[in-house]
Amino acid sequence: MAKTILIVDDSASMRQLVTFALKDAGYEVIAATDGRDALNKLGGAKADMVVTDLNMPNMDGIELIKQLRKSPAHKFTPVVMLTTESQEGKKQEGKAAGASGWIVKPFTPEKLMEVIKKFIR
Amino acid sequence: MSTADQHREAYREEAMELLAELETSLLDLEQSPDDMELIGRIFRALHTIKGSGSMFGFEDIAEFTHEVETVFDIVRNGEMHVTKELIDLTLSAGDHVRMMLDAVHGSNAADSGRAGEIIAALQKLSPGKKGPHAARAASSEEDESDLLHEGKSITCRIRFRPPGDIFMRGINPLLILDDLRALGECRIVAQKEGIPALNDIDPEYCYTYWDAVLTTDKGVNAVKEIFEFIEDGSDLRIDIIDIIDDRPEGGHKKLGNILVERGDVTPDELQKILSRQKRIGELLVEADLIDTGKVESALTEQRHVRKVQEKHQRSETGSSIRVSSDKLDRLVNLVGELVTVQARLTQTCALKNDPELLSISEEVERLTEYLRDNTMSVRMVPIGTTFNKFKRLVRDLSAETGKEVEMSTEGADTELDKTVIDKLNDPLVHMIRNSIDHGIEPPEVREAMGKPRAGMLHLSARHSGANVLIEITDDGAGLDPQAIRARAVEKGLTEPDAELSEKDIFALIFEPGFSTARKITSLSGRGVGMDVVKRSIEALRGSIEISSQKDIGTTVTLKLPLTLAIIDGLLVKIAEEVFVIPLSIIEECVELSRNAAANGNERHISNVRGEIVPYISLRERFMINGRKPPIEQIVITRIEGRRVGLVVDHVIGGHQTVIKTLGRVYRDVEGVSGATILGDGRVALILDVPRLVQNVEKEAAFS
Repeated sequence: MAKTILIVDDSASMRQLVTFALKDAGYEVIAATDGRDALNKLGGAKADMVVTDLNMPNMDGIELIKQLRKSPAHKFTPVVMLTTESQEGKKQEGKAAGASGWIVKPFTPEKLMEVIKKFIR
Repeated sequence: MSTADQHREAYREEAMELLAELETSLLDLEQSPDDMELIGRIFRALHTIKGSGSMFGFEDIAEFTHEVETVFDIVRNGEMHVTKELIDLTLSAGDHVRMMLDAVHGSNAADSGRAGEIIAALQKLSPGKKGPHAARAASSEEDESDLLHEGKSITCRIRFRPPGDIFMRGINPLLILDDLRALGECRIVAQKEGIPALNDIDPEYCYTYWDAVLTTDKGVNAVKEIFEFIEDGSDLRIDIIDIIDDRPEGGHKKLGNILVERGDVTPDELQKILSRQKRIGELLVEADLIDTGKVESALTEQRHVRKVQEKHQRSETGSSIRVSSDKLDRLVNLVGELVTVQARLTQTCALKNDPELLSISEEVERLTEYLRDNTMSVRMVPIGTTFNKFKRLVRDLSAETGKEVEMSTEGADTELDKTVIDKLNDPLVHMIRNSIDHGIEPPEVREAMGKPRAGMLHLSARHSGANVLIEITDDGAGLDPQAIRARAVEKGLTEPDAELSEKDIFALIFEPGFSTARKITSLSGRGVGMDVVKRSIEALRGSIEISSQKDIGTTVTLKLPLTLAIIDGLLVKIAEEVFVIPLSIIEECVELSRNAAANGNERHISNVRGEIVPYISLRERFMINGRKPPIEQIVITRIEGRRVGLVVDHVIGGHQTVIKTLGRVYRDVEGVSGATILGDGRVALILDVPRLVQNVEKEAAFS
């Protein structure tokens, strides 16, 4: 069965790009606009992996990671953050919150797939 | 619209929305400058414009916005207050981004000077915090170590102790181990000493750690990359323990082995004594210094390294086998037959016009071609061994003549057909003898002339198209054209008043019965003249050329075909006769209309795009009867640096030509170097174009 990946980003164009790349690679994709939306959309469902932006309104990426780690369903789920070069501090915060890995923007769809393959196969 | 364009368009729309939001927020902020939520919203808008911009190829926008974002980061951290000036600047920054977005859309280009002004003004406002792109420089230190090990396989010892909470970070350590295995030959031992008693186990905690030995040719960075995300928090050690290159593995003999070799103890006795001894691992475990897991890990490493080295040695010894050249000759003959049959198949299929058959025939043609090339490459051997043989010869000869000669070689790895190399030996020996005997002067003479005492003899080989060029160069006395000429006249080889170029004079050396040496030495002048050398080179379908300058030196150049058995040829037709011209000498084919032929009248000269090219009409040359077609073809070849055309009726096309030597009766026919069998069973003659041209020139000179 195809694995499901949740993509969380407040930028519509980023969601579009990532969704397109993931679907192209055969994954099911759930897209959410921020942390709160993500948790709502997950509801009782389970994602095999989460790709999230850090700076978002309502609930940012760091908080989302913390929430996911608290939930029994997503305690062990790989979470990859999308960061920019200037966010070294945020990256550390994310790692402390339980992020599994990170991808630095700008990235290519190939790089995205490379990182995803490190966590789920 | 491509997907990339769609993404860009989506970004553009989104950025426009964000800019509108940015503007509203800025205006609100002017009213309530301390509203942190507003500041956060502005920061996020800028951040998204920047981050997504870089993703969709708007690097200029990303770079510009980054500067503005940096300022708002400072504001957000409470290190700077919102001022009217800041809001004004940010508003105009927003306008500028909008202009940049429009510029992409095709309207006027954004003014980059304006961007600079805005950034400068913003930086003046902010309290001297990090310059632009402060966080950029990182991650370029790793590359060096890989360069060192490039192309070699390295063996690393890896100890990977993940943080206990690795599962809570969403990372599966087993996937990391799988990645390691994917890099090369890998053995992994799990160290389980940390696992507590069942009652105390926290199932969400990782107690195990792993020792791995990995041999990979992907470089150490590929190994490090696997641990990219788990590096901090893990106890990770990667040590390179072995780099395999071509150095032979030394090593000491063990004491026991030496004693057995000397006959001091028998192997049986040694075995008995050794079995009383405990293994070092057992001893350590017994002494409670380490646990069995560690010993197991070390043993695994030992086994692994040994196996990798054995494999490496095996692959070295297995890299070549010796086969008798008879077998190879037979193989080449068979391939030759196959090529001939394949030509027949191709022709038959072309007539039958059955598409299915045609595709099979094409497949066979392709495979035959591969087989031919592979078989030919098997016969190729480097000329280096032959060159090396001459070192001894040169040494002996210089001792015998009392001359000092230093020999150097170049291109020893140039490959030639085995048969060619075998047949090349005698001519080369002869020419080297000539160089030392006649060319290089005695040391005293050389010194008097200001040359170094030791003469220089240089052998070089290199590829040139389908040929190999071998040069024998010496820095000796050189040839004296006057002396050669006088000698040739004396021997009746040429007329005293003949007009000869220097090249022509040198060519006289190759005439039978020519020898310039005043005295006959043991080295040369024993009846084997340069004419024999020339004949044996020509028997190999090669050519020989000599150039020389008096007192400076002489260079003899041999031009040899790569192979003797099969060549690529061009089939041409005159009336019903088919001939093969070696493809390697052909430059182009052009048309010769009858009018043009008439204009050039009997001079046999054509005008090819403004260049004057002489031609030979093969129809006339071979006295073939019948009517010429209205338009004849000229196949233009390059012989010894000149272009010469061959006029034929039709050019049929390429042909893999298996060379068959002509029978004894026809061996001396000039202008033909062999024959080949065509697809329909007919025989086509292979033209020896250089010889043909030479003969025509000679005849023209005498007429």
